[in-house]
Amino acid sequence: MFAVIQFPGSNDDRDMRFAVKSVLGAPAELVWHKSAELPTDTAAVLLPGGFSYGDYLRCGAMARFSPVMAAVKRFADAGGPVFGTCNGFQILCEAGLLPGALLRNRDLHFVCEVSPLRVERDDTIFTSRTRAGETLHIPIKHGEGAWFATPELLARVEERGQVVLRYLENPNGAVADVAGITNERGNVFGLMPHPEHAVEPAFGGTDGAKILGSLVDHVLGSGA
Amino acid sequence: MSGAPEPVVDLALAREHGLTDEEWANVCEILGRTPSFPELGIFSVMWSEHCSYKSSKKHLKTLPTEGEQVLQGPGENAGAVAIGDGLAVIFKIESHNHPSYIEPRQGAATGVGGILRDIFTMGARPLASLDSIRFGPLDDPKHQFLLRGVVEGIGGYGNSVGVATVGGETQFHECYRGNILVNAFNLGVVETDRIFKARATGAGNPVIYAGSKTGRDGIHGASLLASAEFDDTTESKRPTVQVGDPFTEKCLIEACLELMQTDAVVGIQDMGAAGLTCSSFEMASNSGTGIEMDLDRVPQRAEGMTPYELLLSESQERMLLVAKQGREDEVLEIFARWDLDAAVVGRVTDDGRMRVRWHGETVVDIPVDPVAKSSPELDRPTQEPASLRETQKLDLAALAPEEDLAGALDALLDSPNLGSKAWIYRQYDQLVQGNTLIGPGGDAALVRIKREDGSATDKAVALSVDCNPRWCALDPFEGARAAVAEAARNVACTGARPLALTNCLNFGNPEKPEIMWQFVEAVRGMSDAARRLGTPVISGNVSLYNETDGQPIHPTPTIAVVGLLEPWERHAVAWFRGEGRAVVLLGETREELGGSEWLALRRGLEAGTPPSVDLDAEARLHSLLVRAVAEGLLETAHDVSNGGLAVALAECCFTAPDAVGVGARIELEDGIRPDALLFGESTGRVIAATADADALCAAARDAGVPARPIGVTGGDRLTVGSPGAEAWIERPVAALRELWSRALPRRLERE
Repeated sequence: MFAVIQFPGSNDDRDMRFAVKSVLGAPAELVWHKSAELPTDTAAVLLPGGFSYGDYLRCGAMARFSPVMAAVKRFADAGGPVFGTCNGFQILCEAGLLPGALLRNRDLHFVCEVSPLRVERDDTIFTSRTRAGETLHIPIKHGEGAWFATPELLARVEERGQVVLRYLENPNGAVADVAGITNERGNVFGLMPHPEHAVEPAFGGTDGAKILGSLVDHVLGSGA
Repeated sequence: MSGAPEPVVDLALAREHGLTDEEWANVCEILGRTPSFPELGIFSVMWSEHCSYKSSKKHLKTLPTEGEQVLQGPGENAGAVAIGDGLAVIFKIESHNHPSYIEPRQGAATGVGGILRDIFTMGARPLASLDSIRFGPLDDPKHQFLLRGVVEGIGGYGNSVGVATVGGETQFHECYRGNILVNAFNLGVVETDRIFKARATGAGNPVIYAGSKTGRDGIHGASLLASAEFDDTTESKRPTVQVGDPFTEKCLIEACLELMQTDAVVGIQDMGAAGLTCSSFEMASNSGTGIEMDLDRVPQRAEGMTPYELLLSESQERMLLVAKQGREDEVLEIFARWDLDAAVVGRVTDDGRMRVRWHGETVVDIPVDPVAKSSPELDRPTQEPASLRETQKLDLAALAPEEDLAGALDALLDSPNLGSKAWIYRQYDQLVQGNTLIGPGGDAALVRIKREDGSATDKAVALSVDCNPRWCALDPFEGARAAVAEAARNVACTGARPLALTNCLNFGNPEKPEIMWQFVEAVRGMSDAARRLGTPVISGNVSLYNETDGQPIHPTPTIAVVGLLEPWERHAVAWFRGEGRAVVLLGETREELGGSEWLALRRGLEAGTPPSVDLDAEARLHSLLVRAVAEGLLETAHDVSNGGLAVALAECCFTAPDAVGVGARIELEDGIRPDALLFGESTGRVIAATADADALCAAARDAGVPARPIGVTGGDRLTVGSPGAEAWIERPVAALRELWSRALPRRLERE
């Protein structure tokens, strides 16, 4: 089962559930942020976009203290797949599950538009339905999406091949055009663009389904 | 009790509160005594223009509000229309003009917050927002600041609460230099048997307060800020502007919708203008009951607040609800789960009185109905402006013809009013909830309907908000008719059937007979068009006193029309989908240049009479569009409006989401002067593109709609001319798109 974590201020939680459950046909449920444990049948954790706790402090800085995050951390440490989009990515960075930080966009504006992305790695559990070098069109919508890392950190991340997707037209000033990265182990993935908003042909195309579908394949394939 | 001693209540204080001498006498008569200070506050807000509609209600009563699709007309928080299969949409548009001029970010943000509460108060999940915003000229740094602030406010709030902003309109005009307009629209979806209303029935039932704590913000926003003109004291009114907290609103939306899935709620009302006072009076008045309330139980943000302040505060993100007796804990638990304040603050009574206590002492004791229902109804004098007949004169024969037709097209596309608004809407989340079939930038937005359980349906709603204030200034009756016709036409262009409308009537000071005349004429025009086009008025808002130092805005009756499309798979778009399509012009082009963008931009004139509106022809056109889309005869339908045929053709070429676009070769019959043909704004016209021109023209003939094939799509240039002559316009589509898309950025972004 896909556990979609619902923080107060999550916006894309229901959309994520719709994409996984109604479009891709895998079981998915909302899990309340005050839960101390994940449901026992959790096979993957999805941290949706939105403005958890209003994001009045640094984005994601409050949500990392929600009770459920300790359970998510344990799940990730045990090798379970965890995927955060947008605010979910911000929370994963704040929680120390992913390297780097997400800063205010270069032009200081919130931006909502379709962003072309290049697949860097097609050998992760999040990108098995893609091909390296392929261009995906997936929308972004964020005001604080510029991934930042020090030169040393960036070098380490690049060396270990943690960059999974890069912007072709960098919309926010992200270092090295990074749109999405994994942790070293490759089971935690953060992505600023919103794959759940590109899963139906009439609603932004289906490139996002390649990302979420890869994870569905992984989860269903592993018998969970 | 703390705080400063209360002032002596007398006629002088009543005048300071905006009451007239006559109203003061009325207050004393209703009570049989002099009011207490909090009571005076209550009367002053409840009888303010903003809350009582005293100047407008006589005329609003004439609007058509009924139809078989209408489940709820004006009088509730918002109107409701059935869309079949047990579902309804709830929608309304509302102004937040004065607060946005004083504090653009918070003013616009709380405008969005307020309209959202009107929607989810009725049990609906807010689905989509539109915004109609108007500023002074964009070369004025102050108006650049206001635009940036308003856009940040709308985006900051709408994005945070997870409601997509899918469309709107933006205009720049000298008349808004002293008074900008911010009109916010929202639509939500609800199951018809779960529509909630502002009711306080059942004596003994608990009255529950939920949401943000009450602070001192926004006191007298409705009475002093919204119900008076601006002048040099305006800056001092900043404290009357509220501050928004979208996070609390988001939690409030989810908590309320969760609560409404139980059957514990009797009635619910948001605390908007005039806060706790207005919400409690309305709920009791709607139900013929009374309420007794202990103000000290209201969650408070500031220390030492007085009853007067608590009753009049317009702190945002607050709801008042009546629950079934014995279900209090269940209600409080849901709010607690969302970390929201909630408290039982009173009970429903059956004696028709509002009794408010403060630490046990009664500070308000007044009959509900005389305050809520006996508010004044004025019949203000009207007078046609003396100069109007002169302004309406426009001698086309004496008007120098456009010598550079292609250059005029360039200039129009590059103008702030006709240029792309992407700079604005890319700052809005247009996608959240995953239902946006057509987002901003086209004629109408098209949004799929999902049920509350998350399942998708075949239904989509089309939404459009429109007004041409220049036309309304030249002829408010025709201008208002045209606004309804255009909004409905935009909706029909997607293939959706127009269902109903909501309106935001922005005018100047109604105490001036000329303004009142504009208002009455506009209401008459809106009424006429709504009746003829089958789109009853189901909700709305009136915003008067939109003037500064005696300079009124143009009359601006903003109209939003909502239509239904089912199944949504079959819909038309506003751009050419590819090469080799036949382009067909539907509707009649007349030699009409009065009130046009071309005339204003190229000749510096705002004169003449606006284009005529033939409502019967409109109705036939809309039926044709709906039928042709349903039958698959139409893949592109784009309304011809500001900038005329040339601008509309250019837009068809370059507004496709792929940003590549396609050219077209167009030949127009040369019966009237070329500038009127290309840039005149005759109403009731649509550019259609189809793979089967014969079938479309046959359908048009059947429907009684003039249809003329005018060209074919293809190539990378837009060429427009008359048969057998040298082209008037020949431009690469990419060049036109560049001009259009840079119109706002090049004026707003520093090099």
